[in-house]
Amino acid sequence: MTRKQKRMAVIAGGMSFILIAVLLVMFAFSQSVAYFFMPSDLAKNEVSPGTRIRLGGLVEAGSVVRGAGSTVSFKVTDGSASVPVSYTGILPDLFREGQGVVTEGVFTTSQAFVADSVLAKHDENYMPKEVADRLKADGVWKESEGSPTTGAKGSVTR
Amino acid sequence: MIVEIGHYALVLALAIALIVSIAPVVGARRNDAALMALAPSGSIILFGMVTLSFLALTWAYAVSDFSVRNVWENSHSLMPMIYKLSGVWGNHEGSMLLWLLILTLFSALVALFGRNLPDTLRANVLAVQAWVTVAFTLFILLTSNPFIRLNPAPAEGQDLNPVLQDPGLAVHPPLLYLGYVGFSVCFSFAVAALIEGRIDAAWARWVRPWTLAAWTFLTAGIAMGSYWAYYELGWGGWWFWDPVENASFMPWLAGTALLHSALVMEKREALKIWTVLLAIITFSLSLLGTFLVRSGVLTSVHAFATDPTRGTFILAILSIFVGGAFALFAWRAPQLKSGGIFAPISREGALVLNNLILTVSTATVLTGTLYPLVLETLTGEKISVGAPFFNLTFGLLMIPLLLIVPMGPLLAWKRGDLLGAMQRLYLVAGLALVVGLGLYYVENGGPVLAFLGLALGIYLILGSLVDLWYRANFGKLAFSIAFARLKGLPRSAFGTALAHMGLGVTVLGIVAVTAFETEHVLEMKQGMTADAGGYTLVFDGMKEAVGPNFTEERAHFTISKAGVAVADVWSSKRIYTARRMPTTEAGIVSFGLSQLYVSLGDPMADGGIVVRIWWKPFILCIWLGSVIMMIGGFVSLSDRRLRVGAPSRRTKPAKIALEPAE
Repeated sequence: MTRKQKRMAVIAGGMSFILIAVLLVMFAFSQSVAYFFMPSDLAKNEVSPGTRIRLGGLVEAGSVVRGAGSTVSFKVTDGSASVPVSYTGILPDLFREGQGVVTEGVFTTSQAFVADSVLAKHDENYMPKEVADRLKADGVWKESEGSPTTGAKGSVTR
Repeated sequence: MIVEIGHYALVLALAIALIVSIAPVVGARRNDAALMALAPSGSIILFGMVTLSFLALTWAYAVSDFSVRNVWENSHSLMPMIYKLSGVWGNHEGSMLLWLLILTLFSALVALFGRNLPDTLRANVLAVQAWVTVAFTLFILLTSNPFIRLNPAPAEGQDLNPVLQDPGLAVHPPLLYLGYVGFSVCFSFAVAALIEGRIDAAWARWVRPWTLAAWTFLTAGIAMGSYWAYYELGWGGWWFWDPVENASFMPWLAGTALLHSALVMEKREALKIWTVLLAIITFSLSLLGTFLVRSGVLTSVHAFATDPTRGTFILAILSIFVGGAFALFAWRAPQLKSGGIFAPISREGALVLNNLILTVSTATVLTGTLYPLVLETLTGEKISVGAPFFNLTFGLLMIPLLLIVPMGPLLAWKRGDLLGAMQRLYLVAGLALVVGLGLYYVENGGPVLAFLGLALGIYLILGSLVDLWYRANFGKLAFSIAFARLKGLPRSAFGTALAHMGLGVTVLGIVAVTAFETEHVLEMKQGMTADAGGYTLVFDGMKEAVGPNFTEERAHFTISKAGVAVADVWSSKRIYTARRMPTTEAGIVSFGLSQLYVSLGDPMADGGIVVRIWWKPFILCIWLGSVIMMIGGFVSLSDRRLRVGAPSRRTKPAKIALEPAE
């Protein structure tokens, strides 16, 4: 091989590596990206069973039922619709009725949502951003939800 | 009063930074030594001012001065002193001040240790550092001032976020910033070189120690953060591919690439333009990380506050510096002469491949991190890109890199002998495969991929030693002579070997935990037992306890193996009084490099409690590997070659004769 051919081979090798990486990224996006839904979105257009989604909203007051073992079922609501969710495992420390949560999982049938992760993390003021945005947009947001008992603090940190 | 002095010192710092950002550049253009001399002295005074300001804030925290709003928001008089002090950077304003402190620290270090740099280069480098300093000082003063007073002063503070009240968090941010911000020096060197339009091997020799130091601290900082998340958050995970984690991981990946390309440039004067570009990219990723973490576009434990003006401000800083640097690069880079021709199969070739893989995987992580943000901005659609995406893309891309890591050091510069290098590795690769298969046999099967992964880790660990083995010529020379030769090898050779070995240890830990961890979630009542990882846990009951600023319910477990009690552990759920915030304190027991991890869930109506028990085989390897990498970094840093201008030691003719030509 001449030097020019060698150089072309090296460049072609590098390009094909980048191409492989791009294809891999596109494949991974098609496989593992979860879209975010609120209960009222699901009432409008159904998600086929088996598709991974994120479901966000507030934990409906009085809906938390502890079943056998560590299985918990509760409803996620956004004021206009609610979706029953079941989850096996330990709920996060900040999981409470009336609090915002984001759950990730799949519909096993068109009605039953089985979550494999429940997020309500890190801070007592924490409202998952997706949930807060939507609740504000839908007018369900109450100032008190974002800034609980500690009063002045909520307004300072937010 | 002290707080006001701190505030004033910060304003003075801004003024000094403005002088240092302009005068030396003018001096360098006009060749005016007096103007250029302003840079080193100015940088040192600048560091002094920011230190003063930082100490003033620290003092306010130490004495719990709640008339300072920042202290009131993030501290509590009952907190232990260590958390009062670490609370200084456990919030947005304070952590930005720490960022600035470390930035000016690096400028001062360049001023002190850069005596042998050409005057114009030093003046330009320090000026560029000062530009960054001006931007961030303005950011703090205008949008995130920690010195604002409250009137009337509240009697009690609001407490630090409980998950941040942890010794790991006391050291994680400073270490991380030392790395993150340390790359600013590489950036400044790159921009200064572009301004001067001149660059040579000496440039790389000056930049390498800074890159190495920043990389070493960043390694430590990331490992520390990962260990903190592991034991403090109570989920038993050690890496979540959370955007804020990616924010620190991307500069690390790019920095690793920079470390290797600067090596090529130093030794062979090749890859000049690429190295300069990489230096700019690395610090740009640091700035991007700062933006992602501090602007509040992401909700996480790091996003202390979400004030839109801050986000906009950092975005402006980001665009000016990144855009400016890239524009300068586009304008000046064609003037830089490239040199050093090499064959594709050579040490340079291997390092180019290393750079290709590292930058492409950085781009992959960047895509996964930014895609949801971009998509939401453009279409309003909300998606989450989680661990499966990164595991698939990043994981697969890393495999070829890990395979070539031991080969690189075995190839000669300019034109290497791939077959020869592979022959030297046959034994090691074979041995690793045998061990992997042996483990497969011992474990009675399991996922084959996992055992290949373990073999890969072992191959990396052993492969890192092959270079030392052959350079010392063990096996051909008598042991004592070979050992003498080994001792005579430059420290950077050991540094390389250690860093690569650490990578292997980390890979081993990651594979072992991912493939063989077991998890049990069960309801337990007093006296019940559970099995995990060959150990038996007995639940002895709950007890209430009170800490300085929290109350807790603690569960006690006795751990036994084959009927003999070997350890006991407390696992608890805490409520922090001031914020009424619950946290889970996992109980963790180490057995060798493996750990049992016990965390508590909710109490049941019938008096039981949900308990989650993990067996984490060889999990400590993950962080042990990072520590080894770090030690490798420090060993390499102590190499004589990098101590630029250090008086050369008495020459040893005998040793030089023995050292193989590179």
